[in-house]
Amino acid sequence: MAQRAVAITTATLVAGMVLLPVAAVLWRGGGPGTLGPADWAALRFTLWQAAVSAGLSVALAVPVARALSRRSFPGRVALIALMGAPFILPVIVAILGLLAVFGGRGLINQIGAPLGLPRLDIYGYHGVIIAHVFFNLPLAVRLLLQGWQDIPAERFRLAASLGAPVWRVLEWPMLRRICPGAFTVIFVICLGSFAVALTLGGGPRATTVELAIYQAFRFDFDLGKAATLAALQLALGLAAGAFALRVAPKGGFGVGLDRQIDRWDGTGVAARLADSLWIALAAGFLLLPLLSVALAGLPGLAKMPPEVWAAAARSLALALGATALTLALALPLLTGAGETAALMGISVSGLVLGTGYFLLLQPVIRPGDAALPVTMLVNALMALPFVIRILRPGLEGARRDYARLAASLGLSGWHLWRIVYLPRLRRPLGFAAGLTAALSMGDLGVITLFADGDNATLPLQIYRLMGSYQMESARAAALLLLALSLGLFWVFDRGGRLHAAA
Amino acid sequence: MLQLERLRLVQGDFELSADITITAPITALLGPSGAGKSTLLNTIAGFTPPTAGRVIWRGEEITPRAPMERPVAMLFQDNNLFPHLDVTRNLALALTRGSPTREARDRTAEALARVGLPGYENRKPSELSGGQQSRVALARVLLQARPLMLLDEPFAALGPALKFEMLDLVAEVAAENGLQVIMVSHDPQDAARIANEAAVVADGAVTPPEPTAELMRSPPPSLASYLGIDGTP
Repeated sequence: MAQRAVAITTATLVAGMVLLPVAAVLWRGGGPGTLGPADWAALRFTLWQAAVSAGLSVALAVPVARALSRRSFPGRVALIALMGAPFILPVIVAILGLLAVFGGRGLINQIGAPLGLPRLDIYGYHGVIIAHVFFNLPLAVRLLLQGWQDIPAERFRLAASLGAPVWRVLEWPMLRRICPGAFTVIFVICLGSFAVALTLGGGPRATTVELAIYQAFRFDFDLGKAATLAALQLALGLAAGAFALRVAPKGGFGVGLDRQIDRWDGTGVAARLADSLWIALAAGFLLLPLLSVALAGLPGLAKMPPEVWAAAARSLALALGATALTLALALPLLTGAGETAALMGISVSGLVLGTGYFLLLQPVIRPGDAALPVTMLVNALMALPFVIRILRPGLEGARRDYARLAASLGLSGWHLWRIVYLPRLRRPLGFAAGLTAALSMGDLGVITLFADGDNATLPLQIYRLMGSYQMESARAAALLLLALSLGLFWVFDRGGRLHAAA
Repeated sequence: MLQLERLRLVQGDFELSADITITAPITALLGPSGAGKSTLLNTIAGFTPPTAGRVIWRGEEITPRAPMERPVAMLFQDNNLFPHLDVTRNLALALTRGSPTREARDRTAEALARVGLPGYENRKPSELSGGQQSRVALARVLLQARPLMLLDEPFAALGPALKFEMLDLVAEVAAENGLQVIMVSHDPQDAARIANEAAVVADGAVTPPEPTAELMRSPPPSLASYLGIDGTP
């Protein structure tokens, strides 16, 4: 069967593209004996910040999700939809937004200073944690909201008719079931977070392992040390990934989260006030940074340096290329075995893969020349598990419904895909393509290892502008990046929905 | 003429054997749900390979052939049309892989007219009623031009009047085109309406086909217990 051969070839290709750089990292990286005290400090900080970020995100998500689940107010649906946005929000954009609110001359300090409040400094571990909570609080809220939605309406009715305390009999048991999984997922995400540590962290007290890899590359030019650190990050990711697989909650892309539950408790003034306060705080925490990026970026748009436009064009090409590559790899892999092959990549961080590719390519070509292709490949490998997870149910449904009809009409191979499967997959394909394009557009990872003079992507260009204190240009470029990322997602997702037959 | 020669189908706990010859223009397979009527039809169509035995069409064994290479066109219980393609594209798939040629368009229009839907070429299946969708599916089977038509209760979701109308239409077009029909049904009334002969699928076995009227008059014990009547007249 030709189709089977294509699937096996693709799976082998994907496995090879992950395993080869990993092998290179393990080959070059020495044993743990070669790690200095600074590296162990980086490991400790990585674990500590991930635990604190995950703990805070989940703890804050409890009152927010509870308030969202039991209150109805105008804009509720939009706010819940917004909770899905950080997934496709470029990290560097969020960082600029957070700087505008929590930074040295940010909103909070401007309000706080006249009142004699202590000055808030976002650089350092606080900044790393604030940014991680900014990105993961919405995820935690969505996961917990799912937990609330899954409590059958009859239970609330029963509790109300018995006058039983809803918190103790329904909510607390649900939270005890859901929270460990939510914590683990966010913990794993924060372990591999690079761009946040790069922009807000650094120094002996706020360097993660991934940031240490970057520093070994850029500042020490020590490939052996970078490889050792990458091996450490690899072990960390694999251990966390294996653990997460056992406790991770299902869903996260869940639909129907905007359904509101009928409840009979929490009608008192204090409860209403508390819920309103939590919703306002969460909305403010998420919206203010985004809003300030948009506002602060506008004035600079007209006089952006030409490098920004060049970088934007490169990023756009990169994002489209990564999207095409991801879909080309994903379509043959829409099987259980394929999903496993792709999942291998998810516990290997992009920076580890990047280090591996650098080690492999450096003897052959100038790393700067490989910057964009390698970034594209790594972006595709990172997006692949998500894309396969999005597409598989659709393909299985189409197979279940139409495989016999297609076989009786003699449709097979390319014709079967062209006439039946691709049109049936249109919606999830649009969504998956939008997700991949936005993720790739905003990615600030591997490119930092490879890029030299004139091959920066837009996120990297923004980082450079920040580094040279051209904040006005940085904000304008961030606004451009935000528009491009959301725009790409919108265009693809919309394209999938348009004219899609039921 | 279709022969099922010492056919055995085993799927987990389910087991069915058949050793019969089907010759009548329209033959019904009757029996309770879960008895294996649809599985038997799927084996004839080539979707489910038999555990043992042979399927023989006009003296030629077709057991190892793919669905497309069999003399069979089938109407499924549902999903007979691709919802993202309009009626013409759906029908033209029976003739060509590419975009429909002039000749293909003429023939689909002709087939549509025959099933009573002239001028419906550009509709999407979602714009058609259940009965109209059944008619388009039947037109597709006509265009496939295979000598054996299999019906896996395709009209089960229609109301009784509409269902009988469709069954009559099937009988008509089958007679016109010289097609042999094998239909599955859990309702003896369907069989009584159009089937010349009927076989009973129950208790892991298939009885040889008998004239439908006779079968109804003196049903074998397996059919009698399914119909809820006493076997003795």
